[in-house]
Amino acid sequence: MAKSSDKVRTPPFHIVKREPLPWYSALGVRVAAIAAALVLCALVITVLTQKNPIEVYAAMIDGAFGSTSRIWNLLQNLAMLLCVSLAVTPAFKMKFWNIGAEGQVLVGGLATVYVMLFLGGTIPTPLLLVLMVAASILAGIVWALLPAIAKALWNTNETLFTLMMNYIAIQFVAFFLKKYVKSGSGVLTPMPEYGLPVIGDMPYLLNIIIVAVLTIGVYIYLKHSKQGYEISVVGESENTAKYVGINVKKVIIRTLILSGALCGVAGLLLVGGTNHTISTATAGGRGFTAIMVSWLAKFNPFVMIVTSFLIVFLERGAEQVSSVFRIPSAISDIITGIILFFIIGCEFFLQYKIVFTKHGKENE
Amino acid sequence: MLTFLVSAIRLGMTFLLGSTGETITEKSGHLNLGTPGVMCVGASCGCYAEYLYFSAVGAFNINPVLAVLIPITATLLGAALMGLLFCFMTVTLRVNQNVTGLALTTFGVGLSDYMIAQTGIIYTKGSRYFTAHLEIADDLGWFGEIFLSHGILIYLAIVIALVTSFVLNKTKVGLHLRAVGENPATADAAGINVSAYRYAATCIGCGISGLGGLSFIMDYLNGNWEYCIDAIGWLAIALVIFTVWKPNLAIIGSIIFGGLYIASTYIQGFNMEAKEIFKMLPYIVTVIVLLFTSIRNKKKNQPPQSLGLNYFREER
Repeated sequence: MAKSSDKVRTPPFHIVKREPLPWYSALGVRVAAIAAALVLCALVITVLTQKNPIEVYAAMIDGAFGSTSRIWNLLQNLAMLLCVSLAVTPAFKMKFWNIGAEGQVLVGGLATVYVMLFLGGTIPTPLLLVLMVAASILAGIVWALLPAIAKALWNTNETLFTLMMNYIAIQFVAFFLKKYVKSGSGVLTPMPEYGLPVIGDMPYLLNIIIVAVLTIGVYIYLKHSKQGYEISVVGESENTAKYVGINVKKVIIRTLILSGALCGVAGLLLVGGTNHTISTATAGGRGFTAIMVSWLAKFNPFVMIVTSFLIVFLERGAEQVSSVFRIPSAISDIITGIILFFIIGCEFFLQYKIVFTKHGKENE
Repeated sequence: MLTFLVSAIRLGMTFLLGSTGETITEKSGHLNLGTPGVMCVGASCGCYAEYLYFSAVGAFNINPVLAVLIPITATLLGAALMGLLFCFMTVTLRVNQNVTGLALTTFGVGLSDYMIAQTGIIYTKGSRYFTAHLEIADDLGWFGEIFLSHGILIYLAIVIALVTSFVLNKTKVGLHLRAVGENPATADAAGINVSAYRYAATCIGCGISGLGGLSFIMDYLNGNWEYCIDAIGWLAIALVIFTVWKPNLAIIGSIIFGGLYIASTYIQGFNMEAKEIFKMLPYIVTVIVLLFTSIRNKKKNQPPQSLGLNYFREER
């Protein structure tokens, strides 16, 4: 090696970790990424559909904000996605990859619907509501707790365990629908009479308020409580946590109880406050999308409002686009996918920088 | 019973292809949660290519060999491109694998649904070439039925699984790949190009997983498209755990999975709701295996040690 020093190949550039960027440049990079993604999506739309991309984007905005009911819909979907994202955040901050929010939301909803179906009308409404809340939270906790205990005791891979729990939950819902829907259609008639109370005539307002309160709560918990601090220490380094005397197992289990409980609440709001029924698609992939929302927001609940808005906007907008222009609705997944790749990819430029090797200059 | 077993094998091979691909990927340290999306894209690329080929040559000039080879090539290419995208994000841009994988699934399912919306959902004509088998099988009773009555993809799946198993355990390339998945820093110090191995393993793995999607449509469903390949994809990931990262074990495991998945339709005396409980079995069994392997904590049955972790040389 030493002899061939003039033949040593120096790569034209190398990559180094950079100091955290000031917030305005970080924001700039993200905005640039979204802009680039939108340009690429416009190209894709034009190529695939031969439609004017500006018209398509106009239709998207119309689909999201075009009328009062659309705005309510947008806010409702935003609140639901945000709620699930809040639920997965404490676990992620601890580097516990809870991919099972989908299942946890679903069992929460299932518990709610059980209470509504069997106790609705037989007991006083306040008691019914209390039972719905308790049942949904409990169900969510159980679903999250099983993988957490396994992780704490035997270091079982939580990504895979929680993933499997999703499908077990889906089958439970399918079982429930087959068993209790007398008509055999598999569609449970909505029971709005046993749902959560409605504020005024705005059916989604309660959901939105609850999620807003939870957002603030989770922010304070993560940023300003001792338990929240313990979560970040465990997430940064499990060894450090052990060294300073944090009981890692306890933190894992406690955090997943919180995570599962919030998922249960999301299930409660989706079933009790929105659909008043359940299907295997009630969670609607939010458990997976929430992971991206939370990660993109760097686990900050307030930034999560922005990221979940972005995703919900894309979904609602793309739905409108596909119906107006008669494009298969799958286009919305494609657009969402492209934009996600860009936003995820731009993290690289926030964390690393490329240093070009200057020739004639000594390296190290 | 015989038809049950044959169906279990046919469905099982879909799982086998999916899981063999995912095993190769995971051995390099990549937990690719995009596999469901990859399988969707693989299937739709194959079907799309078949459609293009048929409309290019007309119904009477179809060459049976080309009718099989063209979709397979298209599937491999399409799925490998998805793998390339995954690697670009995780190896080159070093973003989180789970997040990338989930985005890849969203994107892949959307892309494949879109492609299928262009060409329709019936590929029975093309499927005939995939399910064609030796005539001799029909004269050999149950033996022929079980072992010889299958289409080309079934045998391809088994061959791929055996070759993968051999390469992983008996060759230098396999050793290097496992080293990359277990401890990339050590592998790097030993002069192994971690990025190259991860790129190659993931692209090849995705190509193979993609074939699983094609086999599901063209073989198991006889060319009738169904929008549930992503569910099959998650089961393929489950199968990787179930068979503790061993493609040769996966041959048996996949048939068991296939059997469990369809058992509810074959067993008499079950009512509708019990069938739904039955469909849970593959997942529950996987959880039990996952728990069991982690409790016993035997070295050789563990996931690759750095599964899901990206490698950055300057960060040690």
